[in-house]
Amino acid sequence: MSDAAVMESETRIVKDATCTFCGCVCDDMELTVEGHTITKAKNACVLGKAWFLNHHIEEHAVATIDGKPATLEEGVERAAQILANARYPIVYGLSDTTCEAQRVAVSIADRVGACVDTTTSVCHGPSGMAFQGVGEVTCTLGEVKNRADLVIFWGGNPAESHPRHWTRYSLMPKGLFVPNGRKGRTAVLVDVRKSKSAAAADIFWQIKPRKDFEVLWALRALVKGVEVDPAIEQETGISLAQMQDLVQRMKSCKFGIIFFGMGLSMTRGKHMNVEAALSLARDLNDYTRFYAKPVRGHGNVTGADNVVAWQTGYPFGVSLGRGYPRFNPGEFTTSDTLARGEADAAMIIASDPAGNFSQPAREHLKKIPYIALDPHESETTRGATVHFCTATYGINTPGTVYRMDDVPIPLRPAFDSPFPSDETVLRAIEKRVRELLQERITN
Amino acid sequence: MDDIFILIPGRTSRQGTALNEGKLKADFIEETQTLFICPDDMARRGFVDGERVRVRSEFGQVELTCKTAKAGELPPGLLFLPYGDPSSRLMGGETHCTGMPDSKGMDVTIEKIL
Repeated sequence: MSDAAVMESETRIVKDATCTFCGCVCDDMELTVEGHTITKAKNACVLGKAWFLNHHIEEHAVATIDGKPATLEEGVERAAQILANARYPIVYGLSDTTCEAQRVAVSIADRVGACVDTTTSVCHGPSGMAFQGVGEVTCTLGEVKNRADLVIFWGGNPAESHPRHWTRYSLMPKGLFVPNGRKGRTAVLVDVRKSKSAAAADIFWQIKPRKDFEVLWALRALVKGVEVDPAIEQETGISLAQMQDLVQRMKSCKFGIIFFGMGLSMTRGKHMNVEAALSLARDLNDYTRFYAKPVRGHGNVTGADNVVAWQTGYPFGVSLGRGYPRFNPGEFTTSDTLARGEADAAMIIASDPAGNFSQPAREHLKKIPYIALDPHESETTRGATVHFCTATYGINTPGTVYRMDDVPIPLRPAFDSPFPSDETVLRAIEKRVRELLQERITN
Repeated sequence: MDDIFILIPGRTSRQGTALNEGKLKADFIEETQTLFICPDDMARRGFVDGERVRVRSEFGQVELTCKTAKAGELPPGLLFLPYGDPSSRLMGGETHCTGMPDSKGMDVTIEKIL
């Protein structure tokens, strides 16, 4: 029997594997692997099970150029030519690949003078701006598990977007200083919609849409002893008595935290909404320990922030066009460089802007040559000049990812893929770009 | 003049699981084309479950299937749509110097597709 046949027939257990579907990055998976299929994913949530059990090695060329099958080398050559010949290239995506691949992508952007940006800019980018504006009182999810007795979720629906956040980190587990687990914690949910998460909260506030800032600012005022007009209820849907009650709970808890979602960062006000939440947490440290953390979506979006920041000093929306990094959300972020028709080439790694960007941005992307690295077919890969079909991080490739609390987690892949990793493809592109740029100098 | 509704795109369990099956597959497309409307607004506008409606924003329009939200989930005037291609087509390109288009809390109108 050949090695491949043995591989196909054997059943293996991979312990302590890591799920990279969402920012929880749960690293306690026990995977049952039969050949090139994962048949069981013990400990995974409903989203994690879908992530693992739907993973198949697809029939696809390793590269396509203008929709036609090509070799890896041909794809690398065309990709390098596109990047080296562009005047305003952009590198975008990066939140669903390893830190090792992200590092190479930033290096390519540096060489060709590109704007490097990640999906952070269309998720918690405004939160990144708010961190710079007012700071972040931060902690790990381990500290939350072991210490938090007041847990507030604001503008999110963790029951559906991060199902294990509650059970593994924030609400249910018994911790060192919270020995009774859920009974020892008060859970608060603030949202415009009574989502499935509301049933698990002790206190649910259904606030009026676009009034997050007003509610957070009123809470800040109450924490500081400033009088608040009872008419706040007509404005926000939350009564002054409700606010006073929550402020009392916040001041008297031992360890409180606000986990905020994209209800704050995607709604009008954006970074100002998040600044209000961060400022509230900061103010509460006059009375107790209080923290605020964004709930991050993609498996390594936090790693993307970290890697881009290591390399450039800024977390996203960075232009390297002048040979040194410049940070300016709204100018160098991908939504903007595409919607304004500025970018003349793009490299998109593990992301689908053609399927989730605004119409003007999508229209411009269709007009320029671009490279896409993605294990799966999407609107973006369909329109790509060069598409590399790559191995899936975490399932097929090792590496490092960052959990939403900035804790690095190693990946333990389940089985090999016939496709190269993002890092392998990016290293080949970087090498060829370097050669092309050198030839230009020499000639 | 048409009612102005506020549209909140967001995640659902089905949107998340269907995403793993493939963004171009039927489950994901169906989930991300399902518009949740509160019972009062459904009755007031004469919509019935499964009916196709056209949703317009300042920046685009999409055709969706309407579904009654659970009682109490949405206040009148608020709509929910699972994230996907249709919700993004209603966004504008302006990011107000943040890099982030207004992706939640969009003003929209709805009309029946006759």
